[in-house]
Amino acid sequence: MKAPVFDFTRALSVADAVALLADTARFTKPLAGGQSLGPMLNLRVAFPEHLIGVRQIESLRQAFIDPANGDLVLGAAVPHAQIEDGLIPDVTQGLLAHVAANIAYRAVRNRGTVGGSLAHADPAADWVNTMPLLGARMVAVGLAGEREIDARTFMTGPFTTALDEHELLVAVRVPALGKNARWGYVKFCRKPGEFAEAVGGVLIDRARGIGRLVMGATDGAPIVLEESAERVRAASSDSAVAAHWTDARLSAAIDAAGIGHDPYSAQLHLTMARRAIAVALA
Amino acid sequence: MTPILPAYSLMDHDIARARPLPTTGVGASLQRKEDRRFLAGEGEFVGNIKLPGMLHVAFARSAVAHGRILAVHKPAGFEDAVFTMADLEAGSPPVGPIRVLSSLPGFKPSSQWPLARDKVRQVGEPIAMCVAASRAEAEDIADAVVADIEDLPAVVDMLEARDAPPALVHEEWGDNIFLETLVEGGLKGDAFEALKRGAAVKVHRRLRTARQSMAPMEGRGVVCSWNTRLDQLEMHTAAQMPHINRAGLSETLGIDQASIRVIAPDVGGGFGYKGILLPEEICLAWLTRHIGRPVKWIEDRREQLIANTNCREHHYDITVYADARGRLLAIDCDSVIDSGAYSSYPFSACLEAAQVGSILPGPYKMEAFRCRTWSVSTNKPPILPYRGVARAGVCFAIETMVDAAARAAGVEPHEARLASLIEADEMPYDNITRKHFDSGDYPEAIRRAMQAIDLPRWRARQGAAEPDGRLIGVGHAVFCEQAAHGTSVYYGWGIPMVPGHEQCGARMTPDGRLELRIGAQSHGQSLETTLAQVANEILGIDPDHVRLVHGDTGMTPYSTGTWGSRSMVMSGGAVAEACALMVERVRDIAAHLFQVPLDQVMLAQGRVSDRAGGHSLTLAELAHVWYRQPQRLPPGVNPAGLEVIGGYKARVDTGTFSYACHAVAVAVDPGTGAVELLDYVIVEDAGTLVNPMVVDGQIYGGTAQGIGTALFEEMRYDSQGQPLASTLADYMLPGATEVPAPRIIHMETPSPYTTFGQKGMGEGGAIAPGAAIANAVNDALRPLGAELTELPMSPRRVMAAIAASRAGGVIGSPHAAKGQAA
Repeated sequence: MKAPVFDFTRALSVADAVALLADTARFTKPLAGGQSLGPMLNLRVAFPEHLIGVRQIESLRQAFIDPANGDLVLGAAVPHAQIEDGLIPDVTQGLLAHVAANIAYRAVRNRGTVGGSLAHADPAADWVNTMPLLGARMVAVGLAGEREIDARTFMTGPFTTALDEHELLVAVRVPALGKNARWGYVKFCRKPGEFAEAVGGVLIDRARGIGRLVMGATDGAPIVLEESAERVRAASSDSAVAAHWTDARLSAAIDAAGIGHDPYSAQLHLTMARRAIAVALA
Repeated sequence: MTPILPAYSLMDHDIARARPLPTTGVGASLQRKEDRRFLAGEGEFVGNIKLPGMLHVAFARSAVAHGRILAVHKPAGFEDAVFTMADLEAGSPPVGPIRVLSSLPGFKPSSQWPLARDKVRQVGEPIAMCVAASRAEAEDIADAVVADIEDLPAVVDMLEARDAPPALVHEEWGDNIFLETLVEGGLKGDAFEALKRGAAVKVHRRLRTARQSMAPMEGRGVVCSWNTRLDQLEMHTAAQMPHINRAGLSETLGIDQASIRVIAPDVGGGFGYKGILLPEEICLAWLTRHIGRPVKWIEDRREQLIANTNCREHHYDITVYADARGRLLAIDCDSVIDSGAYSSYPFSACLEAAQVGSILPGPYKMEAFRCRTWSVSTNKPPILPYRGVARAGVCFAIETMVDAAARAAGVEPHEARLASLIEADEMPYDNITRKHFDSGDYPEAIRRAMQAIDLPRWRARQGAAEPDGRLIGVGHAVFCEQAAHGTSVYYGWGIPMVPGHEQCGARMTPDGRLELRIGAQSHGQSLETTLAQVANEILGIDPDHVRLVHGDTGMTPYSTGTWGSRSMVMSGGAVAEACALMVERVRDIAAHLFQVPLDQVMLAQGRVSDRAGGHSLTLAELAHVWYRQPQRLPPGVNPAGLEVIGGYKARVDTGTFSYACHAVAVAVDPGTGAVELLDYVIVEDAGTLVNPMVVDGQIYGGTAQGIGTALFEEMRYDSQGQPLASTLADYMLPGATEVPAPRIIHMETPSPYTTFGQKGMGEGGAIAPGAAIANAVNDALRPLGAELTELPMSPRRVMAAIAASRAGGVIGSPHAAKGQAA
């Protein structure tokens, strides 16, 4: 369990990193907190030839509110622990801090980063399920410049994303929730700190026309059930929004995602979704 | 041998209680001496050892479970850094295979070559040894080794291996069965059949326990070099039984035992995983001599999980007969053990099954018993005796069956047990398989456990629905832990390593300190502390003035080592005998020095004096005279001096019987299958407790591992024999959040056969949790008509059992018969 030989370069700016990542002669990967890539190197399941350290890039470590629209701009190299500890502005009624506090173990949260986890795209991880729930947008920079990717289309499969090979995820834009927004986020792990076997997330923000349910830890990207803004705004209560998420509808979505062949996993996903709804409405 | 010590005065329970609480000797909760270095990070494990010029080894291992080796290609440019079995066989003398025979008739031996030759029989079997300046470079070379292997069908499931094998693991056998045995007791033939027909209650189940991976914090590791001055191999290895490793190295390397010194330094957990002669040890021993450089191999966690030995995989096809109130009448059982690819040194492939056949009745009385066992070979790693050995599976089998019989009879499970257990006034008791129970009050342990867990409270809570929808259950299990088994037991089981007499060498140093040398080895047992307490008890010497030397064949008497919860009984007995001899030597010297008759000399509190009170010396003063001022000693003093060998064997060598009742309350989540432990009580009787704090530590640690057996640990394989867990993210161990703080209640019934009445107790914690938690879970699921029959009770299995009961009342998880599903 020793890593194979690789080169390492520490980038000090996004421009540096993007230029280094553009190297097509070698298999090049960015390295942030190393909490996933590190073990993969040691287990010799990943063989990058050149790692670009991005953790020291100052702009990636920032988190601030965009005055233009109230979005939280969360730098990709912000560690989970900073979010857990309330050291970044909260625009999600505590959802980000709740999720962060339950990622793996504190030692992992101290080093693991939001962007690293998103770019790694393990279906059982938390941010790949939380960001679609929040309707966040990923900010990526490549040689062609900067672009935004909707979190709901960011993950394209297990461990694969919409990022180009040479693009760097630099930040996540998290839209602010309304004052009366309610959420639930639950997951089932064999032990606290292990990867989830099923994730359920619910967000109801009637003022902003958001009624969204996420079922994660699937075989790929999370299942997102999105209610239309008109329907949500027309609903008389949060419960009325949630009433659309019947067992039959959830099970159909679970089947459509290909989980139905495993009754245990299907049941777990249904249970987590129901419990997330219950938490949101509680 | 007649022990020097008279029957010790702690024989009576009440006398022991009446004594003031000791602060240094037997019975004191003395803080662990070894913790001074461990807590400061100053222990020395194999991984810490660095020798000048040392090279590192990595192994190229088989990627397939079963295949014929056509060729092994060494990477170009590294021919001198890669070694195969052909290289090891080309030496003089040639290196041979590990062959471990059972003496029982019909046993078929396996040949395990240290590096695979002709065939590979499990994923991870070493094929080539690669050496380089660093481990990372050695792994680079190992990755470049190419083995041409013709795939053979993998033999994965033990029942299939026995009944319809897709292939033969060892072709020369003609089948896949190491050994088949039959154990019978009580009524036979027509009388047994009549009992079966007349029994009010008959319950039949197929039960299965998962293959587990033992996971000590420190893995295996070897550092070795050849000492040219002594013409001797010097091997540091993380081992439980260094003298046995030396014997095995001698047999396979073809060199005499005196030319081998095996040293086990600090060892970070053994649990049976390190009670083995390793193929890697043989390889490195050959290599260091071949290349003339010290070499090191440290097992990494992936090797530990996918390549190296496992434990615990049992199947029971069992029927229990009981009367109308649940009292046991008979057991009829077919048991299959998946012993894996090879018979490991020294316990063989048959220890597990030998135990199943003989200990399945547990502490119960019954009229008939029949158990047939098969030790089956598969294309998976060999199994080793893990903490509790077969008892964890046996306890799961018998105790879930007692509960099932109680449910069928309509009585509380503890009532069925109380009706069947050996009573205190029947001790000592020879049971139906002729196990000799030395002492104890099993019914009382159950009564105390029921009281402590407060059964009525949980029954009342079950009557009211939980606000979160979970289901409450309460269950318990009782077991006996035969420990420090001696000659007759191991000979009877056909195990090639038979323990005999245990020795301790004791030397008083010229400044009056005491060195104790024992052949057993500590891998966490606290022997440096507890044996110092024994020395204090006999000699009165300050435990801080006692130094224990162990784990080194060059410095200690022969011993089979530390396993089977034997060290406190066997080494404790030997230390007591050596110290008693030392008392006699001290008194003899003092009598000559004081010029008084021997019977006038007494030794108390570390000071020797004459009864008249005219003379008195500390041990240090006396030792100084003996070594440094011999001119003061008159003629006639015993010239043997202050160095002795004391030997010990228990008066009755069938072992001590610790026992306990574990009682547990659980909440089962029917939406996820998760099980939470709400309360956990252990009523334990290990006889005289030499150090109660150490005993509690053993119980806590064992129970944590037992909770792993019950709920988490499972080494799964796919249909090709590929292991499905290669990291601890996939092989799930219980952690701090999964292990409650058990409440321990001690009973103390001294063993009539040991020096202080102590009983071996290092394994018990790991034995009962699977059974106790299964009984609690099944109690919780009873309203749903669901029952689990397989360990671990993963959420997936709990949900499958619930689904199966909804689908039509099938008992047990649908996987119990096949076993490959999670």
